[in-house]
Amino acid sequence: MPDGAEPVLDVKGLRTVFRTRGGEIHAVNDVSFDLKPGELLGVVGESGSGKSVTMMSLLGLLPSPPADIRGGEVLFGGADLLKCAPDHLQSVRGAGIGFIFQDPMTSLNPVFTVGYQIMEPLRRHMGMDKAQARNRAQELLELVGIPDAARRLKDYPHQFSGGMRQRVMIAIALACDPKVLIADEPTTALDVTIQAQILELVRELRQKLGMAIVWITHDLGVIAGIADRVLVMYGGQIVEQGPVGAVFRDPQHPYTRALLTTVPAIRGERTAKLNVIEGQPPIMKAEPAACAFRDRCTVAFDRCGQENPRRITVSPGHDVACFWNPKTGGARHV
Amino acid sequence: MFDASPRKLVEVKGLKMYFPITAGIFRRKVGDVKAVDDVSFEIIEGETLGLVGESGCGKSTCGRAILRLYDPTEGEVWIGGENIARAEPADLRRLRPAMQMVFQDPQASLNPRMTVADIIGEPLDEHTKLTRDEKLARVYELMDAVGLNRAFANRYPHAFSGGQRQRIGIARALALNPKFIVCDEPIAALDVSIQAQVVNLLEELQDKFGLTYLFISHDLSMVRHIADRVAVMYLGRIVELAPRDALFDKPLHPYTEALLSAVPEADPETEATRQRIILKGDVPSPSNPPKGCNFCTRCPKVFDLCHRVKPALREIEPGRHVACHLYEIQQQTARTGAAPEAKKSTQQGEQHET
Repeated sequence: MPDGAEPVLDVKGLRTVFRTRGGEIHAVNDVSFDLKPGELLGVVGESGSGKSVTMMSLLGLLPSPPADIRGGEVLFGGADLLKCAPDHLQSVRGAGIGFIFQDPMTSLNPVFTVGYQIMEPLRRHMGMDKAQARNRAQELLELVGIPDAARRLKDYPHQFSGGMRQRVMIAIALACDPKVLIADEPTTALDVTIQAQILELVRELRQKLGMAIVWITHDLGVIAGIADRVLVMYGGQIVEQGPVGAVFRDPQHPYTRALLTTVPAIRGERTAKLNVIEGQPPIMKAEPAACAFRDRCTVAFDRCGQENPRRITVSPGHDVACFWNPKTGGARHV
Repeated sequence: MFDASPRKLVEVKGLKMYFPITAGIFRRKVGDVKAVDDVSFEIIEGETLGLVGESGCGKSTCGRAILRLYDPTEGEVWIGGENIARAEPADLRRLRPAMQMVFQDPQASLNPRMTVADIIGEPLDEHTKLTRDEKLARVYELMDAVGLNRAFANRYPHAFSGGQRQRIGIARALALNPKFIVCDEPIAALDVSIQAQVVNLLEELQDKFGLTYLFISHDLSMVRHIADRVAVMYLGRIVELAPRDALFDKPLHPYTEALLSAVPEADPETEATRQRIILKGDVPSPSNPPKGCNFCTRCPKVFDLCHRVKPALREIEPGRHVACHLYEIQQQTARTGAAPEAKKSTQQGEQHET
């Protein structure tokens, strides 16, 4: 991806709060990132870290109430998606930004044929007539590697296997040539050999179509295999961000470092005992006034409990929100 | 790895578990889902046998049939000198305390209307005659063992996180001092950082109480971590059974090879250069498995014999069992000694280099 190119998607200071009976939950806290054309950005984090909520906030997919977007800007195609008219947002969804959901079983409508569901965005956003849309739908199914596409258009979702359904979801997301594709744990519900097929498909599609992709996952292995850049989220914040090589080779945040060692290796050296991150992920009941990871952090010191670290740049394009310096093993002077 | 006299604790012989498919208003039987189709293996006392495979391969059904949570269609399951598969209900009840299970979903396997103390104490009510105080003492002891705070004994499952709920499930399984525990995907529903906690706990408990595990999982890297030996299942049959290191270093069955190659590794450099075997297509339906080898529809090394004859699981090296014609025919040739990478010439399927 060309450096310094104008980002296709620019998110600044996004904050999303859920109002619940038990009080407010601050799911996304001051999240800023951008996405360059053609780039594959991986987003990792545990459940509840705010990765899905961030992406759904961008497109106004969260029901309000309980969700409340408290601030921030999402710049896409010259407009702020958080402030634009509902009509405009509707045209961005599907046509400008495609979305692939985690569970291919529940995100397809069981009572419509797959063909109908692929043709729906084509007719709505691209103004195609039925015949044109059908041709394009068939092309799309062929593109995502579904054999016998013309006949399969008439099939219902239950007639497809999990991997094939996810291919259908990808076809729908790609239908209107989006500039950005957001994939929310698209392979989590799939078996490893099917996951390998889907990852291979995404690598191919990127080369062919060149759209920018945001890939949400909790599997660091998947990120290592396909992403250019990675965001690590914890407690609704980005705690580390950088090129995938730099983050895996030289992780800066104690959470990233711990995450990389809690997963046993499939090849090479076998660890005798797994590294553990003690404790539980936090429930963000208020805006973070201190580091959200400090209770589980092995290197936390006084300052971590007093203020929330801001992101600082450690090397070009690689930044971290932490007061601790892994090089010196002491505090960072910021 | 094994001491002088490895004692078999569990012996499974020719286990079959078929579920009938019925049709029409008379529920006429029209076929079988062959979830587990002629599986044999043994588990040595004190070891962890990993059972891996993709969803629908029959690994959970196998675990459940061994504990007689299903009535097996055919076959024998010997645990401690008794055939569990054919035991009478009264005998079975007597045998239950020795064999327990930890379930996949800690949310669904705990009764939401029972307190933690009730849940952990229920097996004690059923199988022992402890007084109230003795029972409570035992519950506390178990809570300590799995790292749960005693103060939470009167809380309900909803008040706990996923990892803690799984600890409750483990404490319940331990209540009657079992010898053998079937862990059915115990970490699949947990977050990455919590998985390590639960796996470490299982390992600690194994050392402390001398437990034997059948660890069912689709997470190959976790199985590599916890298991001593590993069985790989595909479509209801075991395709390979081998000591852990041998299996992960040099998988013999083409399916094992593809499965291991499909697991992404958290290292961008190796990921960029690693050769992957991408299997084509999906797993066939267990109600209509292919004639011949079950894997023949997707196998990159398939040849005509595979379409006709089902390969048997045979020991080709001490402790290594493979069900594949490649090894039956050329058992003596250099093929068995060749590393997976060196077999490129025999690869007929798709192989990708990125």
